[in-house]
Amino acid sequence: MQAQAVFFWIFAAALVASALAVVSARNPVHSVLFLILAFVDAAGLFLLMGAEFLGMILVVVYVGAVAVLFLFVVMLLDVDFAELKQGFVRYLPIGAVIALFVAGELGYVAVTWNGSPTPAAAAAPTGSLTNTAALGRVLYTHYFYFFQAAGMILLTAMIGAIVLTLRHKPGVKRQNIAAQVARTPATGVELRKVPSRAGL
Amino acid sequence: MTSVTPTRPTRPNLPLLIAAVAGVVVLAIVVVALYAFFFGGGAAAFGRWMYASALGVFVRYLLESLLLLVCILLSTAVLIYAERKIWGSIHLRRGPNVVGPWGVLQPFADFLKFILKEPIIPAGANKGVFLFAPLVSVTLALAAWAVIPVADGWAISDINVGVLYLFAVSSLGVYGVIMAGWASNSKYPLMSALRVAAQMVSYEVSIGFVIVTVLLCAGSLNLTDIVHAQDTRWGLLGWYWLPLLPMFVIFFVSALAETNRPPFDLAEAESELVAGYMVEYSASLFLLQFLTELVAILTMSSMTTIFFLGGWLSPLPFAPFTWVPGVIWFLVKAWSVVFMFSFVKAFVPRYRYDQLMRLGWKVFLPISLFMVVLVAGVLEATGWGVHH
Repeated sequence: MQAQAVFFWIFAAALVASALAVVSARNPVHSVLFLILAFVDAAGLFLLMGAEFLGMILVVVYVGAVAVLFLFVVMLLDVDFAELKQGFVRYLPIGAVIALFVAGELGYVAVTWNGSPTPAAAAAPTGSLTNTAALGRVLYTHYFYFFQAAGMILLTAMIGAIVLTLRHKPGVKRQNIAAQVARTPATGVELRKVPSRAGL
Repeated sequence: MTSVTPTRPTRPNLPLLIAAVAGVVVLAIVVVALYAFFFGGGAAAFGRWMYASALGVFVRYLLESLLLLVCILLSTAVLIYAERKIWGSIHLRRGPNVVGPWGVLQPFADFLKFILKEPIIPAGANKGVFLFAPLVSVTLALAAWAVIPVADGWAISDINVGVLYLFAVSSLGVYGVIMAGWASNSKYPLMSALRVAAQMVSYEVSIGFVIVTVLLCAGSLNLTDIVHAQDTRWGLLGWYWLPLLPMFVIFFVSALAETNRPPFDLAEAESELVAGYMVEYSASLFLLQFLTELVAILTMSSMTTIFFLGGWLSPLPFAPFTWVPGVIWFLVKAWSVVFMFSFVKAFVPRYRYDQLMRLGWKVFLPISLFMVVLVAGVLEATGWGVHH
């Protein structure tokens, strides 16, 4: 139990520190790297709560795939720091209002929080059923239609992204592997009778 | 041929002499202490303490991890020597044959060379990230071994989501490369980092689906349970390489791509990118990058062994073969996969990058996706699947 508390404070402190570093780092790539550290710390907190599946999925999906692409976009962007800092004063009031709003919401939750709303549902499953199996059972049994609906929405989004970005440029030589493999001496070589001094 | 006469010191080297005497004394003390420890009942008490108290459990994990790390690092030395000998044989060369008998000390000579050289950090590099990248790589590569069971119960941590942990750690491995490529502030490393990121993200998808088919058959995310699920009365015919044969091939090829091995070593294609993301790295920093690649190969072959070759199980499930300790079977299988990795490097020319992407997205992904549906359907229709 004590070890858990120690690890909780390590992860929580690192999470807050790296979240602060995300917004305060001067180099945007450093910001993204701190964001990744924050993800990993959050995964550590999930593990401490016994939600091992969620923790691992967080690392696999967000850190392993999404953040990689994000990091690349930021790396290849030509970010001008002076330009970024320019509008700071101008946008300060609206930013402060949003920050206050979020802080108020968090404060409300913290004040009215009295334990988990349904302790039985939130508690880590015990006995022979593993975390993953319990999650799968809930997701694919009770919420099956919601799961299907989410899948359909994602599919639509994916097809939309492909349709919007896919362009077949004319005049580009493309490799047709099937045609290459199907090529035989009969189709690949042609014998021509070349007239003298005329060429083809 | 001109020969250089070695100059020998005429007087005995005094510091060396003192060091030798001190070494002998320390060795004697250690031997006596060990003798007292093992034959004086200390070992048994220490063993009980390691299971009883919290501190003892911590010390036990520490010692287990240390032992495993030493084994892995020694294995990387064996790996690089074996690979160079194998490539040498295939190319009709001798391979390393100068340092030590048959050249077996070559990896250690290389190691000393890397340690003793001066690490050079480019002036334009982003210093912090540049130094941090190899550390990230090597830490993640070694961390994967925390869950790998090399024999029944011989895992440092036998967690329920072992497969996901392995998958997560191996997908994090790409960060070491990207950070190295970006922080070097040089063209070739950045190009290489771009290639690696796209390549690893692409092949992770097909590896993920291949693993899903294995999980469907085994009905568990626990690596030990996956091996136990392959323990049938048919022996090696019951391991998943045969029922899931196309998946086994896809996994092996994807593992080559995931570890940036030839024919998919576009990250460090020496004819195009010099050495890719490692161009600016030298000495001990380069050693860490190099070590990462070697450990990744060992990890991937262990994963292949666990998922498809029955882990520590005996190929023939009857008496004389089952007496052999599981770890021996595991090592035989894992090193056979490593041998196949080396073979491929010697035989197969490098892929073109667009062909690599085509293979990943247009061939492996549809096949593995279809196989997930097929395997799930067959398991459900026949009732062979595991039902909780």
